[in-house]
Amino acid sequence: MGLIEGRFEPNIIVTSTDAIFNWARSRSIWPLTFGLACCAIEMMATNASRFDLDRFGIFPRPTPRQSDCLLISGTVTAKMGERLVTLYEQMSEPRYVISMGSCANSGGPYCDHGYHVIKGVDQILPVDVYIPGCPPRPEALIDGFLKLRDLIMKETIAKPSA
Amino acid sequence: MTIPEIFNILQEKFPEAELVLEENNPDPIIRAKCEAIADISLLLRDDPDFSFDSLMCLSGVETVEEFQTVYHLYSMLHNHKVTLRAGGTKEEELIVPTVSHIWPTADWHERESFDLFGIKYTDHPDPRRILLPDDWVGYPLRKDYEPQKTWHKIPLTAIDYKEEDNGDES
Amino acid sequence: MSEIREIDIPVGATPQKISQMLENFEDVHGERMVVQMGPQHPATHGVLRVELETDGEMIMKATPHIGYLHRCFEKTCESMTWQQVVAYTDRLDYCSSANNNLGYVLACEKMFGIEVSERVQTIRVLVSELNRLASHFIAIGTYGLDIGAWTPFLYLIQEREHILDLFDRLCGGRLLLNYMRIGGLTHDLPDNWLKEVHEYLSYMEGKLDEVNSLLSYNKIFVERLANVAIISEDMCIKYGLTGPNLRGAGKKWDLRKNEPYCGYETYDFDIPVGDGEVGTIGDCWDRYIVRVKECEQSMRIIKQATERLEKMPGDDVLAAIPKSMTKVAPGEIYFRTEHPKGELGFYIVSNGKKFPWRLKCRAPSFSSLSVMSAVSPGLLIADMVALIGSIDIVLGEVDR
Ligand code: SF4
Repeated sequence: MGLIEGRFEPNIIVTSTDAIFNWARSRSIWPLTFGLACCAIEMMATNASRFDLDRFGIFPRPTPRQSDCLLISGTVTAKMGERLVTLYEQMSEPRYVISMGSCANSGGPYCDHGYHVIKGVDQILPVDVYIPGCPPRPEALIDGFLKLRDLIMKETIAKPSA
Repeated sequence: MTIPEIFNILQEKFPEAELVLEENNPDPIIRAKCEAIADISLLLRDDPDFSFDSLMCLSGVETVEEFQTVYHLYSMLHNHKVTLRAGGTKEEELIVPTVSHIWPTADWHERESFDLFGIKYTDHPDPRRILLPDDWVGYPLRKDYEPQKTWHKIPLTAIDYKEEDNGDES
Repeated sequence: MSEIREIDIPVGATPQKISQMLENFEDVHGERMVVQMGPQHPATHGVLRVELETDGEMIMKATPHIGYLHRCFEKTCESMTWQQVVAYTDRLDYCSSANNNLGYVLACEKMFGIEVSERVQTIRVLVSELNRLASHFIAIGTYGLDIGAWTPFLYLIQEREHILDLFDRLCGGRLLLNYMRIGGLTHDLPDNWLKEVHEYLSYMEGKLDEVNSLLSYNKIFVERLANVAIISEDMCIKYGLTGPNLRGAGKKWDLRKNEPYCGYETYDFDIPVGDGEVGTIGDCWDRYIVRVKECEQSMRIIKQATERLEKMPGDDVLAAIPKSMTKVAPGEIYFRTEHPKGELGFYIVSNGKKFPWRLKCRAPSFSSLSVMSAVSPGLLIADMVALIGSIDIVLGEVDR
């Protein structure tokens, strides 16, 4: 948690700061450049020409310390799962997780016989947005990011009302 | 050279190796005793008539009775192929001499077949698991393999949503 | 106390040479340091981890650790029917799925003695060559990216998108096609598709020259790659490197010519080989340029295939697909095809039942990667990135 989150009662100042914070955060989502499997190729294509994620302010960063969003693009195996948790822990708050593709959502095609595959990355990390597809089309990925935007717009720094 | 020709020459040179020609397959396969594999391979690579300079593939196989290692060799010079097979019953561990000093590509293939089948290779320079983590239990490609439920506290089973739903209702 | 010593370092000495020259001065060597590269390093093309033991900037030892994407392909296939496996082969090397499909279906057809019509063969050649182009575009583009050139990547991805559009029209998938079946194809070509391929070809005319002037002969790019990480022909054969890597080392070897399948012998194309144009034969640049030249040849094949298909009378592409595959011939086979990354082999054991008993995929990238620990001693850390990119690995295939 940051320095200001969860300290103030919800009042007019807090809510207007919220609006600014959320606007800024949602318009510059920086995901971690981190490809896992086939879905990563689609992620790459989405970042490159034609689909051009830059126009949404989405710009991949190579280090977890500078990124707000962990985009899990592909099959997560047991060996990788350990690393993934480390990466997630290195990210600073507020952080979001997008699970891209059937593999990350549920194990996908490897669900039944994949002895080394984690069936659903939500068993090890909290996931905010799920994108179905094997692989999801770039349009679906963009839609996922827009969903994440909506999610961020609903955040508040006020104390949670108990 | 055709495979029966190669077989005849090998049989002359290695009378001890219990060579058998399995002909019930589209491409015949030469079967040899495990211990003799390294010597046979060395001859196959170095003899100018054979010069099998490339190992295309090395795979572990489990059949109903035994574990096997299968070698697919190819000679870029003479453009001929041969398949070797070494096997041993399931009761004891299969131990095969390594061929990684003959074809370095065998190094990783042997590690893989150790990783997935538990076939041991003597004198291998780096006998570790390759794909799975070092502390993995069991050899997954064996037919009687039981998948691990968790590894380092990471769950490896799917969530059974049906059961959970039933729990909610009751 | 520091002291100044003079060493004559000849112009153009490779790092290996310099390290040999420094051998005599025990005390100039610093402490060895272990650097972990990956598995989330952007230049490792996926989830490869390399453990580098370095002395200053120089690599003393490199140990690749793989298995971060081990998805149990071989085990899964043992519980899938023969036709279902095709979908899983897509996911081996996800940059060139049609070529994986082709390798598998050809192996099965050879084993079960299924003959397919000439039209089906030509369509297969066409689709897999298109996919080879797409795969090489990724390889070239990301290689530029690794070396530090961002722009060519954007251009190449743009050209690739057009191919993906063609695939999209063909079978609905952009990346993973799942278009071939044992004995045929899932469905016939859509209307006007061949015309679109023609349009694409005329659009692509001269684009590769653009790549050459933008990237291949760029001075910085050449300086970074010439004479770096030389893999000789002998070493390639020993370590099982095939495809563009072997051709980059100067060996004229292509399974499409040497062991033709699918009617490749009837097409007119050349095998480009590395000739040490800017450095030594078998250096990173040679391996790179072979891919660029191969794109040209692929386009020639695509052109011939489209022309043939236009003249050919239509037939049923589903005709030879076996109605039931619950009982098949037992036996085993090793069959290999030329994949964009090298020799893709399938070793299939059938016991006559519904499912494959054992299916081993001899992945080209797996063998290519094993050469890394042999080549890297003496390289600089930055050259490691150049080496990994130049052997063009895809981790989905390495780990399976
Ligand atoms: S969801 Fe499909 S495309 Fe994505 S990583 Fe898994 S298998 Fe590959």
